[in-house]
Amino acid sequence: MYTQAMDTMAREGAGKLERVLGADEQVLQDRFDARIDAGDFIEAKDWMPDNYRKTLLRQISQHAHSEIVGMLPEGNWISRAPTLKRKAILLAKIQDEGGHGLYLYAAAETLGTSRDQMIEALHSGKAKYSSIFNYPTLTWADIGTIGWLVDGAAIMNQVPICRCSFAPYARAMIRICREESFHQRQGYDSLLVMMRDGTDAQRAMVQDAVNRWWWPCLMMFGPPDDQSPNSAQGMRWGIKRVSNDTLRQKFVDATVQQAGVLGVSLPDPDLKWNEERQHWDFGAIDWAEFWRVVGGDGPCNRERLAMRVKAWEDGAWVREAALAHARKQSMKEAA
Amino acid sequence: MNATANEWPLWEVFVRTKAGLDHKHCGSLHAADPKMALQMARDVYTRRQEGSSVWVVRSDQIVASDPGDKDMLFDPADDKVYRHPTFYKLPDAVDHM
Repeated sequence: MYTQAMDTMAREGAGKLERVLGADEQVLQDRFDARIDAGDFIEAKDWMPDNYRKTLLRQISQHAHSEIVGMLPEGNWISRAPTLKRKAILLAKIQDEGGHGLYLYAAAETLGTSRDQMIEALHSGKAKYSSIFNYPTLTWADIGTIGWLVDGAAIMNQVPICRCSFAPYARAMIRICREESFHQRQGYDSLLVMMRDGTDAQRAMVQDAVNRWWWPCLMMFGPPDDQSPNSAQGMRWGIKRVSNDTLRQKFVDATVQQAGVLGVSLPDPDLKWNEERQHWDFGAIDWAEFWRVVGGDGPCNRERLAMRVKAWEDGAWVREAALAHARKQSMKEAA
Repeated sequence: MNATANEWPLWEVFVRTKAGLDHKHCGSLHAADPKMALQMARDVYTRRQEGSSVWVVRSDQIVASDPGDKDMLFDPADDKVYRHPTFYKLPDAVDHM
């Protein structure tokens, strides 16, 4: 998901979340735990355990990075959108992603880390972003599929975070979720046009895009519950509300019917309705691929990061000039 | 180097959704000067007709109460129930006043 941070931290040597406390700290810790248990929100200036702060900073900043890097695969298609209407929609969607990144960076900054430090962590490879954005957008159908499946999966994951115990994150997520539904619907709508009114070649293009995005989308929800060592602590803290496997199942169940209406198949021979479970069964996910992509070796990891770094460096003179201008103006006013 | 030395300053954004309502805090952003802060607030926080007016204030200009002083500041109101209209039991015939 955009929030894979907690799932990947164990493997990235971020360490265990629990540690031993002194007596004074224990009082604060007990008070904090009681507030979490009561369903209270924690605000930025309230006392919080170091690891709660660290885990949130990690998750929110990587969520923000995902929104920003997520603009790149779609940005590739702005100049090639098939109609003016689709171009305007795509521009609006990508602008939203930029906005979502900003809401989230602002929420993360309240935890005491500067925007520049977070950006530096992304650019140096220390901070990650969602694995999904390391896959290429090869055709126009990929853009519709990203809206339908990637944003669909994101919504599934993000709605529970609106109840996150850390209030600035929860507030940002509420704002984001309100805007996200348009992203999914426009994607589905664009695929529907191709499936219903398109040529055979266009229909085949949609099917091909779905085939390529389906498995990476299921991976977005993160490793299976029995391989997510930090999930329990995340749940305890009210940062994670629903488990990876539960969300993944919910996504599969919702998507199967949508695929039917669209007229595409999902690339999984093991996909079938389980009457007993009242859920769709699905095939095994290739977790080796997931860890390879998270580890930096996906199809587009290098390209994405290089684009971000270039944009940041090319824009440096603008940021500096704006600041110099502002300083000069305020000096003039003071004189 | 100070990590924030070259960062644009932080601004808090308040949006009035429509005439007659309060400006409400909705988030923050970085901008080099007031004019840019206003423009960016428009782009970041009012993309869907959420606003009819925007205020931006430098974050470092806001004076805030300390969460640690919460009890001291706000407890005194706890035992003043007579400040609420429901404190007064009146005869049914006039209770709607």
